[in-house]
Amino acid sequence: MISTKEIHGLFGDEEVLKASAKALVKKGVHIKDVFSPFPIHGIDPIIGVPPTRLHIAGFIYGLVGMGLALFMFWFTLIMDWPMNIGGKPNFSLLQNLPAFIPIAFEMTVFCAAHGMVVTYLIRNNTYPGKKNWNPDSRTTDDKFLIQIDLGENSVSKEEIEAILKETGAEEITQK
Amino acid sequence: MSSHEAWIREPLVLGDKSYHDISNDIARPIEGKANKQWWIAFTFAVVAMLWGLGCIMYTIGVGIGTWGLNKTVEWAWDITNFVWWVGIGHAGTLISAVLLLFRQKWRMAINRSAEAMTIFAVICAALFPGIHMGRIWMAYWVLPLPNQFGSLWINFNSPLLWDVFAIGTYFSVSLVFWYIGLIPDFATIRDRAERASKPIRVAIYGLMSFGWSGNARAWHRFEEISLVLAGLATPLVLSVHTIVSMDFATSVIPGWHTTIFPPYFVAGAIFSGFAMVLTLMLVMRKVVNLEQYITINHVELMNKIIMLTGSIVGVAYITELFMSWYSGVEYEQYAFLNRASGPYWWAYWAMMSCNVISPQLFWSKKLRRNITFTFILSIIVNIGMWFERFVIIVTSLHRDYLPSSWIMFYPSWVDIGIFVGTIGIFFTFFLLYARTFPVLPIAEVKSILKSTGSQYKK
Repeated sequence: MISTKEIHGLFGDEEVLKASAKALVKKGVHIKDVFSPFPIHGIDPIIGVPPTRLHIAGFIYGLVGMGLALFMFWFTLIMDWPMNIGGKPNFSLLQNLPAFIPIAFEMTVFCAAHGMVVTYLIRNNTYPGKKNWNPDSRTTDDKFLIQIDLGENSVSKEEIEAILKETGAEEITQK
Repeated sequence: MSSHEAWIREPLVLGDKSYHDISNDIARPIEGKANKQWWIAFTFAVVAMLWGLGCIMYTIGVGIGTWGLNKTVEWAWDITNFVWWVGIGHAGTLISAVLLLFRQKWRMAINRSAEAMTIFAVICAALFPGIHMGRIWMAYWVLPLPNQFGSLWINFNSPLLWDVFAIGTYFSVSLVFWYIGLIPDFATIRDRAERASKPIRVAIYGLMSFGWSGNARAWHRFEEISLVLAGLATPLVLSVHTIVSMDFATSVIPGWHTTIFPPYFVAGAIFSGFAMVLTLMLVMRKVVNLEQYITINHVELMNKIIMLTGSIVGVAYITELFMSWYSGVEYEQYAFLNRASGPYWWAYWAMMSCNVISPQLFWSKKLRRNITFTFILSIIVNIGMWFERFVIIVTSLHRDYLPSSWIMFYPSWVDIGIFVGTIGIFFTFFLLYARTFPVLPIAEVKSILKSTGSQYKK
């Protein structure tokens, strides 16, 4: 017989799950993850999800996009092949900059948005062809699940189950 | 259950729904079979699309001489349709981005379909400048690619090139924004199919859901990326129609050369976009039984935006008239006099009555909450906004500086065919979307249920 590695507590309401997670953490139980059909506000600090740095990455991608755009303007229209277009100052990037602002802005948004989306998909470990790993398929419908890895915990299995039951878990499964 | 929303606000989700009911209601059209009306509508749309594609092939084969353009009116139906479609494509990202930043929860019922509409409308829009190039196989010349033509680069000073970047960025960013929101909902459909033992559906939606599992970390990042993408898309959506207006405003043509164009075009775009959202939603909520999610309250809120943006457009029209008189430039004055009383007077007054007068009727609460009236008015606004672009473009061109070259513009059957074709493309895509995609954001509607569901407000 394979020994139990994980305990899953299934809940019917996100508020009940939050209270249960609080009780578990108070007893020193480490919660591996929580699965839900929509974001549960306030769960992150309880189970210790660190704030994401996605927005910082987005800012950097935006800077890169703007840098790329400025380099593109400078290289093509100032350095490589200056053209007289309506008498605009084709000898200086700075003086010709007003006409370049719209595309610089678009390139900034383009790189920030797409860079962030790619980072998001990689960090979430989601890509075409990836198999889903939510332990119970009902967690994308109307159920909420607490996943506890026994290997990471010193609290006994029975004790965890007791807390889950006490705090309103509808189903408790072992895996 | 506690509610942190004001008690007097009308509920956004009616009918005492549970989370499971929401999944059921939104997944029903995907899991069920299409009815007869859908097939009839789809057939019409596909026929129109094929007719349009035929006209496009004919244009590419023979050249744009098949259109009604002439030496004086070099831009007419094609650019009118382009601006019209781009304008329609503005509501989706506005609803999902600007209303998200303003924390307007009612956007949840309409954002998914409005974003879909945006994407399909931008596809229709992008078609026109593409085929107007004449030699469409050289369309890649708009990109800054190294080439063999003596190091000649594209002209970053030109508003037409700004447009290429603006539309390209807008389309691709709207697409990923839409898809990021769709991933969790595809996962819901996938898991439902798994429980119902439908292997093909599991495979398709499994692939499209990218293996989404809904863990806390993923949801945390989901909320973050939604917010930051909304922050990026808000200036983006304003920039796109600003740049479209600069196609005209940076020229020296009387009637085009005005500084009011950017805000005026943006307001007009939101105006026509919301009108198209209403046209589609009022039909969709009925056909797929989503009246409890897209409520009269939603319709009224959208009508308020139509009234506001319609009034901004009206102020812009009148400001334009005033400025042409005040400028003292006789060419400017003539351009506007000619619009209102020249040979295209009927187009001008159609625009005025559809866009300025008709939305003012929405000051009446009774009319704002009347579905039939709203539907008719949304179509009137769409027609009015098409005439606006036609008036701006054709009447400014058809009487230029040399009276000997004054001429009228008449569309050819190819012009009309391509326009009808884009409407076909739009509805073909939208009808397919309505049967295969979750038309409401399942996860997001669930997340607002407790603060705004009718059973929690009792």
